[in-house]
Amino acid sequence: MSAIDQYISLYRDNREAVESHSAAALNALRPAALAALESAGRLPDKGDEGFEKTSVEKMFAPDFGVNINRVNIPVDVAAAFRCDVPNLSTLMGIIVNDRFVATATLKKNLPEGLSVCSFSEAAGTPLAEVIALHLGTAAPLDKPGVALNTLLSQDGIVIRAARGFRADKPVQLVSIFNSPAPLLAARRILVVAEENSAVSILKCDHSQAGADYLSSEVVEIIAERGAEVNWYDLEESDARTARYSQLFVRQAAGSRFQGVAATLMNGVTRNEFYIRQEGDNADSHLGGMAIGSGAQHIDNASEVTHRAVRGRSEQLFKYSLDDEAEGAFEGGIEVAPGARFTEAFQTNRNILASTGARMHSKPQLLIYNDDVKCSHGAATGQLDQKALFYMRQRGIPEKEARTMLMQAFMVDVIDSIRLESLRDRLRHLVECRFSGHPSGCADCAK
Amino acid sequence: MSKDILLEVNGLRAKVEDKEILKGVDLTVRAGEVHAIMGPNGSGKSTLSGVLTGNPAYTVTGGSATFHGLDLLALSPEDRSHEGLFLSFQYPVEIPGVSMVNFMRAAVNAKRKYFNEPPLSASDFLKLMRQKRAIVELDNKLASRSVNEGFSGGEKKRNEIFQMAMLEPRLAILDETDSGLDIDALRVVAGGVNQLKSKDNATIVITHYQRLLDYIKPDFVHVLYKGRIVRSGGPELALELEERGYDWIKEENL
Repeated sequence: MSAIDQYISLYRDNREAVESHSAAALNALRPAALAALESAGRLPDKGDEGFEKTSVEKMFAPDFGVNINRVNIPVDVAAAFRCDVPNLSTLMGIIVNDRFVATATLKKNLPEGLSVCSFSEAAGTPLAEVIALHLGTAAPLDKPGVALNTLLSQDGIVIRAARGFRADKPVQLVSIFNSPAPLLAARRILVVAEENSAVSILKCDHSQAGADYLSSEVVEIIAERGAEVNWYDLEESDARTARYSQLFVRQAAGSRFQGVAATLMNGVTRNEFYIRQEGDNADSHLGGMAIGSGAQHIDNASEVTHRAVRGRSEQLFKYSLDDEAEGAFEGGIEVAPGARFTEAFQTNRNILASTGARMHSKPQLLIYNDDVKCSHGAATGQLDQKALFYMRQRGIPEKEARTMLMQAFMVDVIDSIRLESLRDRLRHLVECRFSGHPSGCADCAK
Repeated sequence: MSKDILLEVNGLRAKVEDKEILKGVDLTVRAGEVHAIMGPNGSGKSTLSGVLTGNPAYTVTGGSATFHGLDLLALSPEDRSHEGLFLSFQYPVEIPGVSMVNFMRAAVNAKRKYFNEPPLSASDFLKLMRQKRAIVELDNKLASRSVNEGFSGGEKKRNEIFQMAMLEPRLAILDETDSGLDIDALRVVAGGVNQLKSKDNATIVITHYQRLLDYIKPDFVHVLYKGRIVRSGGPELALELEERGYDWIKEENL
């Protein structure tokens, strides 16, 4: 008996309801998703290749509800992100559990050349064709997480930057869990950046009302020739929220992609990043920042695949773990035959601030080619005792000194972010996080 | 008389891991004085500065230290700092990602908080930084960088004295401040220390060589050997050590 059986039978029992709420493009993928899920038989379990510290099976095992009938759960949006990244952008949409709600300002301020809407809203517009053309082309159904997400998703969000359009304001997606009972939300996002366009997206995750939540997220990003996409994913949920997120990026020639995932607060999180450079001269930058305390579990896995010449990729993942927190990083670089002159680098650095914290790090390089420059490095250690004493000698109290050192440790991940307003905000959020005021801290209102 | 005593160390013993380094140090420092502590390598000079400032790498196994009436050894390193004890490190630590400005502001404001004073305003703080930087001719560019990161040896030592100027300690311990300095940097650093000297504060200069003492004139010179102060005298003792080396001290204390 696997955790997925309950979802398969749920789908079978409610197939008509599910399909009646959904976009045609999603429904079209469902039979194949069901078949893939049945043949997989189960979700990845702890100890499986690439899943050494996290059991996805276990995340999905509890009897979560799925909002099949699209019951509208009202959410106090203002309370959820009072202390987040306020006013970063007027292009803001809200994901309430698994339902997308465009704010009035989003619709008003959306420039021509940029589309942000739900799959269902897109029905009957030219966007429906964009969805049909690209949905499922980056995320393969042979990954059970993708198959399950595809089976259960009833809607999704599409963001499209039209050819040559360069958005000057980022799109902000605030996703909120709020339910009186345990809930699984299948969230699906498709980003299409057409030739030479540019778009930045910030997504932040929150949980309200304190039930057990699980989000199943699949994000597909298609960066066409010369396009630039920046994807920032900030998780600030709570101890009772689990998240299984899979990001798939396809990059055409000359495209640039940056993805940064910051986990500030969570329960159990597994993030997967699949970046595929399909065209020449593509550039990918992947960053990860994990701040764990209590019993937080943060697992990031990356797979950057170079399939064309002169590609460049860089990965930087940093973890700071305290109390009994557990972190895992499995990072992969694959250079396919023929992908000559690839430059691919990967770095993972971790601080264990307590004797109970645990870190598992496994960098992997697969190079089927000469003429490449690749490197990886991983190191796990403790706070620099010499620096700590130096600061205390100058009168900085130990707790504050530790906080300053932890923050300093994250500086290069933050500085790599291409969105200046987000850098400032994140610096502040990290400071709040380390000084023990993860949300609602007074300074944030300023 | 005893009112003037800043630091009174009696029979101080300390170990690192299981090795006893200090084997009963006695030292009395009064306000307005400059003391030099000299001695061959491994005699315990840096251990003494580490123990007095509360470095957790050392364990005190006996004796006492009183700092203007306070039981120094009972205080945390940060409280010792607030009470006016400063150590210029032999090897100043690089702290990537922490800017000099933030570091110094945290230090200055922590001390103010300790004495129930409000934090300095941003403009007052920057003004103070500017004033104190001038004392050791520290480049403004260095002040905007991460603490000691990428500083040359000379810049690191200037930065130590700059921090000392910012914190205005009652007792400063300069641990091998002359090591790694060329003669010009030495002059600047020593000049900074001399400017900060007053009748109310005191300085302990830990050094290997007489050289630094040409610039910072000591009132008393002590020789630390095998964890004890084996000889004390006036400035002439430093000159004698310079001339005769440490071998005669070692022979006298076999």
